[in-house]
Amino acid sequence: MTDLTRLPAADLADLLTRREVSSVEATRASLDRIAAAEGDLHAFLHVAGDAALKRASEIDQLRADGHDLGPLAGVPVAIKDVLCTKDMPSTAGSRILEGWVPPYDATVVARLRSAGLVPLGKTNMDEFAMGSSTEHSAYGPTHNPWDLDRIPGGSGGGSAAAVAAFEAPFALGSDTGGSIRQPAAVTGTVGMKPTYGGVSRYGAIALASSLDQVGPVSRTVLDSALLHDVIGGHDPHDSTSLEDVWPSFADAARAGASNLALSGLRVGVVRELHGEGFQAGVRQRFDEALALLAAAGAEIVEVSAPHFEYAIAAYYLILPAEASSNLAKYDSVRFGLRVTPEGGGTVEQVMSATREAGFGPEVKRRIILGTYALSAGYYDAYYGSAQKVRTLIQRDFDAAFSQVDVLVTPSAPTTAFKLGDKIDDPLAMYLNDITTIPANLAGIPGMGLPIGLAPEDGLPVGIQLMAPAREDARLYKVGATLEALLHDTWGHPLLDLLPADFGRSRAGATGHASPAHLVPPPGPGTEPDGGTA
Amino acid sequence: MRYSISLGLALGCSIAESSRFARKNYFYPDLAKNYQISQYDEPIAFEGEVEVELDDGTLVRIPIERAHMEEDAGKLTHVGGATGRIQGAEYSLVDYNRAGVPLVEIVTKPIFGAEHRAPELARAYVGTIRDIVRSLGVSDARMERGNLRCDANVSLRPRGQEKLGTRTETKNVNSLRSVERAVRYEIQRQAAILAGGGTIIQETRHWHEDTGTTSAGRPKSDADDYRYFPEPDLLPVVPSKELIAELRAALPESPAVFRRRLQTEYGFTDGEFRDILNANLLVEMEQTVAAGAAPAQARKWWLGEILRIANARGVEAGTLISPFHVSELIALVESGRLTDRLGRQVLEGVVAGEGSPDEVVKARGLAVVSDDAALLAAIDEALASQPDVLAKIRDGKVQAAGAVIGAVMKAMRGQADAARVRELVLERAQG
Repeated sequence: MTDLTRLPAADLADLLTRREVSSVEATRASLDRIAAAEGDLHAFLHVAGDAALKRASEIDQLRADGHDLGPLAGVPVAIKDVLCTKDMPSTAGSRILEGWVPPYDATVVARLRSAGLVPLGKTNMDEFAMGSSTEHSAYGPTHNPWDLDRIPGGSGGGSAAAVAAFEAPFALGSDTGGSIRQPAAVTGTVGMKPTYGGVSRYGAIALASSLDQVGPVSRTVLDSALLHDVIGGHDPHDSTSLEDVWPSFADAARAGASNLALSGLRVGVVRELHGEGFQAGVRQRFDEALALLAAAGAEIVEVSAPHFEYAIAAYYLILPAEASSNLAKYDSVRFGLRVTPEGGGTVEQVMSATREAGFGPEVKRRIILGTYALSAGYYDAYYGSAQKVRTLIQRDFDAAFSQVDVLVTPSAPTTAFKLGDKIDDPLAMYLNDITTIPANLAGIPGMGLPIGLAPEDGLPVGIQLMAPAREDARLYKVGATLEALLHDTWGHPLLDLLPADFGRSRAGATGHASPAHLVPPPGPGTEPDGGTA
Repeated sequence: MRYSISLGLALGCSIAESSRFARKNYFYPDLAKNYQISQYDEPIAFEGEVEVELDDGTLVRIPIERAHMEEDAGKLTHVGGATGRIQGAEYSLVDYNRAGVPLVEIVTKPIFGAEHRAPELARAYVGTIRDIVRSLGVSDARMERGNLRCDANVSLRPRGQEKLGTRTETKNVNSLRSVERAVRYEIQRQAAILAGGGTIIQETRHWHEDTGTTSAGRPKSDADDYRYFPEPDLLPVVPSKELIAELRAALPESPAVFRRRLQTEYGFTDGEFRDILNANLLVEMEQTVAAGAAPAQARKWWLGEILRIANARGVEAGTLISPFHVSELIALVESGRLTDRLGRQVLEGVVAGEGSPDEVVKARGLAVVSDDAALLAAIDEALASQPDVLAKIRDGKVQAAGAVIGAVMKAMRGQADAARVRELVLERAQG
């Protein structure tokens, strides 16, 4: 029988709808895979096995009773721990929320549930989504399933690793400066940051309210589109939620996969975001992807975004400023950890002791940065200037999109770096998000998808596609076309090459510069292509 | 947002084409988020004016600086310690029920030159705001319940000096009367300090209703850094011109215009009308008259029996009975089905929650006996025990009928129309 965990969500959903597979079988397969892989990966902070099987059996019963269920009913899903779930702890990777079970579901979680999806558990992340490696999780890092010594990206490394390692067909993530797209890049998965306001933030534990956006993580473009269709759309609980009526993203993805001609599509390459400073293998795979697009009829144009060089500086003022305020609520008075100094203390002393003990170093660093940036006398110079840069970046995008339909960049400057490499160098860590941050500052959608393995280290490389605000469907269409072109070239999805031992043998042997990965062979021990076309 | 715009318009303010919310950041347990959503540099309404009428009819224009939206904070109760303040308290309780509830803060410009009438003006101003807020239906604006609150700023300066003196801000003022008392106390306190060569400390002060004094609270320094920044969870408020026009068209007449119109319509003297205003019963009066009662009757019942019961119970008269029921009660009396005395019993029943006046009349069996035969029987019985009465009446001593009428009314347990009884007694005397 087919290994159910290897199936894309769309294929699994078809089997479920035809009642050839039960949700209990699919859910049990995911739980078994989690049980086998978690010792190596630590992608989950909480696995809700019993609840998942119970829900799966309910879905099976409903289907047996002839109820007309949604297209994804019965498919398991993983949920980033930044999202509130009323039946599972929601810690955002922080000690200060250890064991905290919210009294309500985030809107996106409620929508998953009502669509019949089966939550498997909560995935690991950098504390309060601050980081690019999951090393800032208070509960220990997640390991990259391509190489356990390497980071899975961040902050949503747990969701990306779980999906890449077949622990879940797809997952929810959140993206403030690249936390969906950068992990997707370094794990060989697909990740979508929707247009700001396209998906509700209600119940998403806030990092930076003007930048945060919830989105899907998956192994195929179509699966992200299917999940996006479920979670997206207006939510009256979120004032910044758009009231647009959105087209079916799944239809857009199917259209892109069925017609591979790209004639008339203008693709812009951002001059400031490729070339120098990017790893050679990243550049090579990126150029090959451009060549594939051009061969399919797309016109490749170079465009300039002169203000992108200030994006990281502006981002690291706006984000900490908003975060310093959003994280003020963790003071022990109403919920969460409480630390009382010896012999008792005033409310200020209890707040202070709690925050000292409950927050990790990166969170403290950003709270201090943000508090400083908002202080009287500094506001105009820091927060005020950063907002002006944000406007200039939005204008850069406006100018670029007057010339092209989509913009492309590598998803990240490098492949997955080693755990521990940048943990003591915050600036180097911040620079890893140079490609993804501009889309958050401008509120536009961005999609990351895998375009191969870097020849020098055999690790996944991703491309990022960006479109104007509200044009999420365009990304699903173009993304699905590019994905199909790549699969045709390789003969299989990239994740078929995921090493069954999570790269342990390779790391132990020759390091990472094996020329064999120039043209990657099927990985040892992987299943033959099991209906994953 | 619609209420805020309506209120801004009623205060004669301009409405901002675009206004934003800001976060005021501070660590204090009265808000679970440790920041307050407020409006900082872009309030929704600004630059207005309200007309306030003092007790003697003097009109004063109060300039409004701004009216902005914000969320309410929770209520802290400090337990233990001497003064109910956080300093020295053993522990504090936080009631979050009102935290996050939207409110509008109205800020006046400094009001110069009120001098000895400042306390009275402060009360009249807050009363006017209360009337406006009620007439818009924005809030019940009951100070004792905290849904209308007042922070009174007071400063003194020598006559002729341009620069304002150092101000204090008095909080915890929970009634119109307290507004006047607190401002008067604070003027006298500051005057005593200044007269003794001292200086006023800029601070928040706390009004104590029981002692009629204020005590020092937190020092208020302009250096507090609340790290304001635009609230990223809320969109700017950009009301359309059409919405503003719609709300402007829907504004009720201002309380001042409303008052003048009603006084003319009712034909009340200034004194008669002021009694209604002082009792805070104008809206009730208006609704009672609108339901069909004559103004004089409505005034008589509201300021008479209803106000008496309210004062005895220490509640507002408007909470005891609806204007519609008062009107119904008046109609019953006017039609002769009830005497005044019976009407008061019906009122008791309505106030006790026994139903509408009609229902109370039925349940308590209180209707006037209008059957002449029953009345005549009672009259004859009374005359039988007082045989000299008829002769006295025939001799022209009509007042002698009083004894018989009293006896009949007693026999009928008050459920008779005394005027009718009198008529019947006189008929009997004429034989």
